[in-house]
Amino acid sequence: MNQYLQLFSSFAKIGSFTIGGGYAMIPLIRAQVVDKHKWVTDNEFIDFLAISQSAPGILAINISIFIGEKIKGTKGSIVAALGTALPSFFMILLIATFFQSFRENQIVNSVFAGIRPAVVALIAVPLISLSKSANLNKYTSLIPVISVLLIVFLEISPVWVIMAGAILGLFHYFLTKRHVIHKNRDK
Amino acid sequence: MIYIELFITFFKIGLFTFGGGYAMISLIQNEVVVNHQWIDASEFTDIIAISQMTPGPIGINSATYVGYAVTDNVWGSALATFAVCLPSFIIILLIAFLYKQFKENKWTDAALKGIKPVVIGLIASAAILLVTPENFPDWKSWIIFAGAFAATWWGKQNPIKVIIAAGILGYFLY
Repeated sequence: MNQYLQLFSSFAKIGSFTIGGGYAMIPLIRAQVVDKHKWVTDNEFIDFLAISQSAPGILAINISIFIGEKIKGTKGSIVAALGTALPSFFMILLIATFFQSFRENQIVNSVFAGIRPAVVALIAVPLISLSKSANLNKYTSLIPVISVLLIVFLEISPVWVIMAGAILGLFHYFLTKRHVIHKNRDK
Repeated sequence: MIYIELFITFFKIGLFTFGGGYAMISLIQNEVVVNHQWIDASEFTDIIAISQMTPGPIGINSATYVGYAVTDNVWGSALATFAVCLPSFIIILLIAFLYKQFKENKWTDAALKGIKPVVIGLIASAAILLVTPENFPDWKSWIIFAGAFAATWWGKQNPIKVIIAAGILGYFLY
């Protein structure tokens, strides 16, 4: 019982104190899970993190499920995920129930008129570092451009574009594999 | 019935969000604003602003808020949040059991390599689609946009500070 409580409160602590989303939570998660409770080793944590990042879904939730599962099986994964999600869930509900009535207010309206363009800027900023880390060459840089055209102008769902990307990746892998096999054959 | 649609929508979003919160924003936007038209673009932007400013994963925050905004009650938020997490449970628990296989799989590696540049496109689309007359009513909005961008990119300012500053500016400018 105690371990369930520990799982829940560790992740609840992380969830209540990090602002800015999943990636900001990673150092805190490591501090709790590797250093404090020693639930996983540093190497295991890196593995869990890599897989959690590769899998779809919310990063913090993925990590909590993984670690919860390791400590206390399926029940543990649920407890850990609840810890991550519940604090923000209640906080948002509180804000949402009040905000709907505030939206009519003149002052609130002006404040948010200022906030909206800033939010768009905040969404755009990570694009720069993401593009750098993706190491795009002249061919692969076409992919984001085409994705934008498909989503913005043709209104195609991002879901299809993602699947197309995955297929493209697989295609590329098989093409290069065949090329290597041919090259070796010629030797 | 809207609850069923809400569940399916957020399950789909949870299943196809690769690359974190901002990629999820693009998916939520497509489903909720464009596809189902449950919320308009400016309310959506407000929700994103609040989701960024409050603690917790941005994915949870936005699912909770959108769920509430669509159904006007708590059960909607609970359902949306649950739905968005469910694919994670299924997939991660599956992976935990097949740990070794997944870690060294070349196919998943290749697929993910293909998805990565797409995610860049997704995030760019989200930003582009939010450039609406409601969000950018006049030239002042563009100054705020430029300022926020510069502050975050060069100034490396904390997003919350930027949002608060933008709000204060908004109060004086509008």
